[in-house]
Amino acid sequence: MAFNIIVLAKQVPDTRNVGKDAMKADGTVNRAALPAIFNPEDLNAMEQALGIKDRFPGSKITVLTMGPGRAAEILREGLFRGADDGVLLTDRAFAGADTLATSYALSMAIRKIGQFDIIVSGRQAIDGDTAQVGPQVAEKLGIPQITYAENIEKIENGEITVKRRLENGVEVVECPLPVVITVNGSARACRPRNAKLLLKYKHAKTVTERQVENIDYIDIYSSRPYLNLTEWSVDDVEADKVQCGLSGSPTKVKKIENVVFQAKESRQLTDDDVDIEELMKELIDNHTIG
Amino acid sequence: MNNLFVYLEIEEGIVADVSLELLTKGRSLAGQLDCKLEVIAAGSIADLEKIEEQVFPYGVDVLHLFKDDRLSPYTTLPHTSILAELFRKEQPQICLMGATIIGRDLGPRVSSLLGSGLTADCTSLEIGDHEDKKARKTYKDLLYQIRPAFGGNIVAWIINPDCRPQMATVREGVMKKEIFDPYYKGETIEHNVADYVKEEDFVVNIIDRHIEKSKVNIKNSPIIVSGGYGVGSKENFQLLYQLADVLGAEVGASRAAVDAGFSEHERQVGQTGITVRPKVYIACGISGQIQHIAGMQDSSIIISINNDPNAPINSIADYVITGEIEKVIPKMIKYYKKNSK
Repeated sequence: MAFNIIVLAKQVPDTRNVGKDAMKADGTVNRAALPAIFNPEDLNAMEQALGIKDRFPGSKITVLTMGPGRAAEILREGLFRGADDGVLLTDRAFAGADTLATSYALSMAIRKIGQFDIIVSGRQAIDGDTAQVGPQVAEKLGIPQITYAENIEKIENGEITVKRRLENGVEVVECPLPVVITVNGSARACRPRNAKLLLKYKHAKTVTERQVENIDYIDIYSSRPYLNLTEWSVDDVEADKVQCGLSGSPTKVKKIENVVFQAKESRQLTDDDVDIEELMKELIDNHTIG
Repeated sequence: MNNLFVYLEIEEGIVADVSLELLTKGRSLAGQLDCKLEVIAAGSIADLEKIEEQVFPYGVDVLHLFKDDRLSPYTTLPHTSILAELFRKEQPQICLMGATIIGRDLGPRVSSLLGSGLTADCTSLEIGDHEDKKARKTYKDLLYQIRPAFGGNIVAWIINPDCRPQMATVREGVMKKEIFDPYYKGETIEHNVADYVKEEDFVVNIIDRHIEKSKVNIKNSPIIVSGGYGVGSKENFQLLYQLADVLGAEVGASRAAVDAGFSEHERQVGQTGITVRPKVYIACGISGQIQHIAGMQDSSIIISINNDPNAPINSIADYVITGEIEKVIPKMIKYYKKNSK
């Protein structure tokens, strides 16, 4: 038994480690100051896909990402870890998409890929934290979804068994294929890059990347077809432009505000015994603690 | 028609706090919009037995009941079909649900089916107008869905000008829950589940389920000792437990500390965790990313312990102790014990 698996992955700015220079003086985000990374929970999803491939040799993993040209980096990261193929969905028409327009575009690309048994993605991306794209893709494809997954336990007779992490417990569910599964950060971490695959796919590029970089060993792309990363536009996936990008997004951003917190006048203390004792006394005396 | 709907989460017959909090918010928004507050309860016959008495005091005008033993525990597809079909008939202008595992599973599926916009994890909801200058169109009484974005570094005001319902999820603890009128009586409508749900909706089977009452009760703890990435290790987090033990406090954590594996996710305070308003919040080695501050800024007294005198959290702290937590916490324990007798 072998399965066709699609991993939905996103390149995101690393919002977890926002330094002082990440915000510009006018309060807008300085994207250039934030490193672009593989969305962390998408890596957990990647690992679940690789786990299926381990158990069912011959299974095929395709990484699908939507984003600007540089998001092809995500596809290579996937190949370095054991994916078989990568597809970059990129077009100006996708710009400004909210989760619904994103899901539509991804679902059209998935339809074009055609064969799929299992679609996995991270529970949510750290730049938006919405957790909406997985379920919306499932709805667009008309197939069930299993969110907050922690482990794919088994696949048998066309049914997949998945353990989910709930707020205060776990749940094991069983569902027929095909299915969309979104993977929680509590799932096992993704294996590192494989040295052999790194060498094999180092030069894997999209058409656009090859044009820009003007690589002189261009003939490797005809002799080694696996180095050609697929790049699709709106037209390639036969998407309706109106349903993509800004025009396909029911939610609009009315305004963005910088976050300003009311600063207080703080009392400054050192870690000397005198200071700490005085503080504890004061808090006990005014019944704050104790 | 065009009322405000709240989806109720029910576990073992009890309506979840987050749903009741949304009823309080929903009641006030419905008042402003001069529309009705309607709620949806879908579950087993046993689960729905005592729903009316739980929700009517919050000012619910209409309770929609969907009784079927297959609807508890929650699975995605039948609940989606119920909401989608009910919304097609009732045409609500707003739908609110908890930003819980259920709400974040159901909300996007329903919004995709109806082609309506959904904003996740709102921290504030307001009613206001919107002028689209390009289209020369003015929208009256839209729902402003206000949420932190970009890892909490900015706050975005989201609107859905054209699509209905305007859908939003809100995390537990963000809104306050308040009885509206203990004698308030709304109307109950019991629907025929078969008119809404198809057989195929039950393809996902729950074969095992363990729910434990959470041992961690950060939300209602008057004192919280919370640690960040600066605590340095899981071992150092034990210091926080020692202090919490002495003070009768709960231990919280920042997202960075949870991501680093120093603490469990259920202790996470902040925009993507729990919103807390304790009497005392002791922030240990927490730099104070905006999304963390958003979840604890309403604490009455904030004490920051940090070796960086310029940590952002210090600006909202009442007391700033500059020093290493390994040194400061043992001293706090020592002098608390010495002076509390």
